[in-house]
Amino acid sequence: MSGDASPAPPPVSMAHVTLRVGDRAILSDVSLTVPAGAFVGVLGPNGAGKSSLMRAILGVAPVSGGRIAVFGRRVGRGNQDIGYLPQFPARSAPRLNGRSVIAAALHGERWGLPCDWRPGRHRRHDAAEIDRVLELVGATHLARRPIDHLSGGERQRLLLAQALLGRPRLLLLDEPLASLDPHRAREVVALVDAIRRQLGIAVLFSTHDINPLLGVMDRVLYVGRGAARLGMVDEVVTGPVLSALYGMPVEVIRANGRIFVLADGVVQS
Amino acid sequence: MFAFEFMRHAFAATGIVAILSGLVGYFMVLRGESFAGHALSHVGFAGATGALLVGMPPFWGLTGATVLAGVAMGLGGRGTMQGRDVAIGLVLSCMLGCGLLFLHFLTTSATRATALLFGNVLGVDRSMLGWLLVPGVACVLAMAALSRPLLFASLQPETAEARGVPLRAVSTLFLAIVAVVTAECVQITGVLLVFALMVGPAATAQRLTASPGWGIGLSVVLAVGAGWGGLALSWWTDCPTSFWISALSTAGYLAARAWSGAGGRAV
Repeated sequence: MSGDASPAPPPVSMAHVTLRVGDRAILSDVSLTVPAGAFVGVLGPNGAGKSSLMRAILGVAPVSGGRIAVFGRRVGRGNQDIGYLPQFPARSAPRLNGRSVIAAALHGERWGLPCDWRPGRHRRHDAAEIDRVLELVGATHLARRPIDHLSGGERQRLLLAQALLGRPRLLLLDEPLASLDPHRAREVVALVDAIRRQLGIAVLFSTHDINPLLGVMDRVLYVGRGAARLGMVDEVVTGPVLSALYGMPVEVIRANGRIFVLADGVVQS
Repeated sequence: MFAFEFMRHAFAATGIVAILSGLVGYFMVLRGESFAGHALSHVGFAGATGALLVGMPPFWGLTGATVLAGVAMGLGGRGTMQGRDVAIGLVLSCMLGCGLLFLHFLTTSATRATALLFGNVLGVDRSMLGWLLVPGVACVLAMAALSRPLLFASLQPETAEARGVPLRAVSTLFLAIVAVVTAECVQITGVLLVFALMVGPAATAQRLTASPGWGIGLSVVLAVGAGWGGLALSWWTDCPTSFWISALSTAGYLAARAWSGAGGRAV
């Protein structure tokens, strides 16, 4: 944090951070800064520590060395500046409608009755906040349906709305594309990007498949083998770097301003 | 039937316990902890028979044992009881076994055992009503304070944790409340049939509603309906109350399944 010359503290800054899961170091002595408004694709093999990194930024997983700051403040649970979409967000979906699930998350950390049972002014205020996030992701029409009647993409849309409750300035999205087909995946990425631009917030978006993020993300944070590196897309999305990252031969082809990544000889675009 | 004092007491006791069961049961079903509640009642059986053995009121032993077990489950868990059915099942059978052992040393009472296992709502007296009402009110107040973080943590534990919900504390407090309600429920339905009031109506309500507010309301109404309906039917048919309560509760659930399976719309 210290030595940062910019007037506003950056969304995430890490100084000599070491993270352990059990007795395995998933990051050691990592220092980096996520600039304001960035769309950062968080890449790395499964199990490399993408989720652990996000949990550390949230203050849920302990940092064993160094310091992580979010907008200049040391990380800690219940940080209202962060919106979070975990990898496995919901329990086996009950028959509740989407709106109820989102309402349960609004100020869900406070004691008392659920917010949509409170009378009068509070209730209208909360209802307006829920309407706002539903509108942002274009899910107003989905919110009345039971959540287990929605497709994977529609559910992600609702959960993205929930992550936007309380106007966070940083979104942490952990594998939001995991169970989506390529078309839906593109839609979710485009939606996240549109929201990021509209609200001027920073996004950390983890995925094991880089292709849906190409052309949208402006930075890449890759995590693997104890190291993490943040770079511009052009620096990281290259054959040698990706080959080393995934541990198999990867080719990168640039044509007509588009990027194609070929893994194992199969084009993925 | 209201001409008799024991029936008036029975209706009052069933009403208190059914309201609590419907309320707390909704969250138990939502959290996938209905089996944990069932196990708590068996722990309570060991507690009640143990208390009888040392000459204490069985209700104290019952409540004490369930609350201790509930708190232990909460502190030992990871904020959820899901996926721990083997451990819970083993504790359940072990405790039923202990209860049997205590009964073996108690020379008195096959009737006591039957009352504990299958309930004895017609034997509720005025002082027992007080013992049901005071902890019951405390549970309702505790649920009022706890319900918001509990709902959030039940639906989305990871997000709730990130937002600062103390998962383990919430889970432990909830299981302590479940324990008290279970102990109360044993008075009506007995150890073996607590599912009938705590789980049946809540599960039915979750089939039929799409928001927690309506769901809890319906769960309470259904529990009171099953409880009072069971009492009335047992009055007219001279069959055991607990039989009718469990029959109504199960019939309600099956009907709701059939209806929602046939394309019924949730409220």
